[in-house]
Amino acid sequence: MSTDIFERVKKVTVEELDVKAEEVVTEASFTEDLGADSLDVVELVMAFEDEFGIEIPDEEVGEIKTVGNAVDYISKKVAG
Amino acid sequence: MSVLPEPSGRVVVTGVGAVTPLGTGVDVFWPKVIAGESGIRRIQQMENLELYSCQIAGEIPDFEPSDWVDKKDARRMDPFLLYAIAAATMALQDANVTLTDELKDEFGVLIGSGIGGLKSMYEQTKFIHDLKPDRVSPFFVPYMIADMASGLVSIMNDLRGPNHAIVSACSTGANAIGDAYEIIKRGDARMMIAGGSEAPVNPIGVAGFCACRAMTSRNDEPTRASRPFDRDRDGFVMGEGAGTLVLEDRDHALARGAKIYCEIVGYGFSADAYHITSPHPEGRGAAKSMNMALRKAGIEPTAIDYINAHGTSTPVGDPMEIEAVKKVFGEHAYKLAVSSTKSMHGHTLGAAGAIESLICILAMRDGIMPPTINLENQDTDLGINHVPNVAQKRELNYVLNNSFGFGGHNVSLIMTKG
Repeated sequence: MSTDIFERVKKVTVEELDVKAEEVVTEASFTEDLGADSLDVVELVMAFEDEFGIEIPDEEVGEIKTVGNAVDYISKKVAG
Repeated sequence: MSVLPEPSGRVVVTGVGAVTPLGTGVDVFWPKVIAGESGIRRIQQMENLELYSCQIAGEIPDFEPSDWVDKKDARRMDPFLLYAIAAATMALQDANVTLTDELKDEFGVLIGSGIGGLKSMYEQTKFIHDLKPDRVSPFFVPYMIADMASGLVSIMNDLRGPNHAIVSACSTGANAIGDAYEIIKRGDARMMIAGGSEAPVNPIGVAGFCACRAMTSRNDEPTRASRPFDRDRDGFVMGEGAGTLVLEDRDHALARGAKIYCEIVGYGFSADAYHITSPHPEGRGAAKSMNMALRKAGIEPTAIDYINAHGTSTPVGDPMEIEAVKKVFGEHAYKLAVSSTKSMHGHTLGAAGAIESLICILAMRDGIMPPTINLENQDTDLGINHVPNVAQKRELNYVLNNSFGFGGHNVSLIMTKG
């Protein structure tokens, strides 16, 4: 797992969800642990797209449930 | 479990809250209203002001969104929602009521907005022009729609009674209070938070009202630009803000020993059925609305001591309103007083009726009538007391608030000492 990508995911998550940096750990679920509702998730995904210059199709958003999922998904996209 | 008293059919005001160009909180803004201060300045939150014929407004000084909502919402909520939440929070605190589960079921919210989230509309539309519709925020729709102030105040406080919003342009705030009053009067709720909120100072809002030729162009003298009833008035000055009242069934308020500001006794509303933006030249809708409020209050016109006028400082609107007042009150029009506090806080559109009803209530509480500032050459019947420039002390038993709106809406509310 890329440390750089993790740090950037953490930064975006802290900004978008107004959570503490130490809460943003690999296992943390955006909805269950970090207080995001369905609209927050949409906005968070848009913020990831902006941060990494990628597109995340709606049908793939379901794969991104935890911070770790986001880092893995983005790592693949960036590498690809 | 306590049982709420039976509805009494009478409605009192037990809490007030306001966000205005003269400050946030009644304790901040009311002394400035009495002192005759202006909250009008050169617009701070827009760029390229030289492109606009009107460059001044009543913006909210020192408003900190994160004082009222968490940082996430402070960033993304439209300002009309932030103002409404702030005003409602203050009003609820002022009412000092214990929100039992039983009461929450009988507690409603009716906070309207003349427009809704116009700033959000303006900002998000840019993504469409940039051919990026997928960048529109998921919060755009919920935080733009005009009913969301009522929705959010209900959600934040778990208030489960009647809940909707009213949109009637610049009479929205007064309509909201009037309708909330009738909801309690007929027994559908024991308490309501009611009022209006507006945040129109953004490029599309200012440009739009400039295009209507409704606004002043006295840009070099902001504090002297809003001058209702004065010969040299040349249009209204836009303001932002929110006003909310906590309305309560009288017996409920008495049973809990609440502080009672006043009783609401009359609510009149009507249409001009004449033109989309111009008032009827003889003020027939305005007269009808005042007459209806008097009839429903069951009082003679001579009982009214003070009128807080709609008085926006437009060439056509101000004299029309005074003609309507003379028609309704006859000789008594020369004994009561009619001032327009828009001279100080500007025209806050959908919030105006609520902020100005609140001013009526405080005027009655303190026995002092707020002035119409910038009144140097009275352009209406010289026999009418507009409380020029300096507040006047007077024992007030019945007060009336007028609000009129684009579309030809007219609203009059009558309040008396509780």
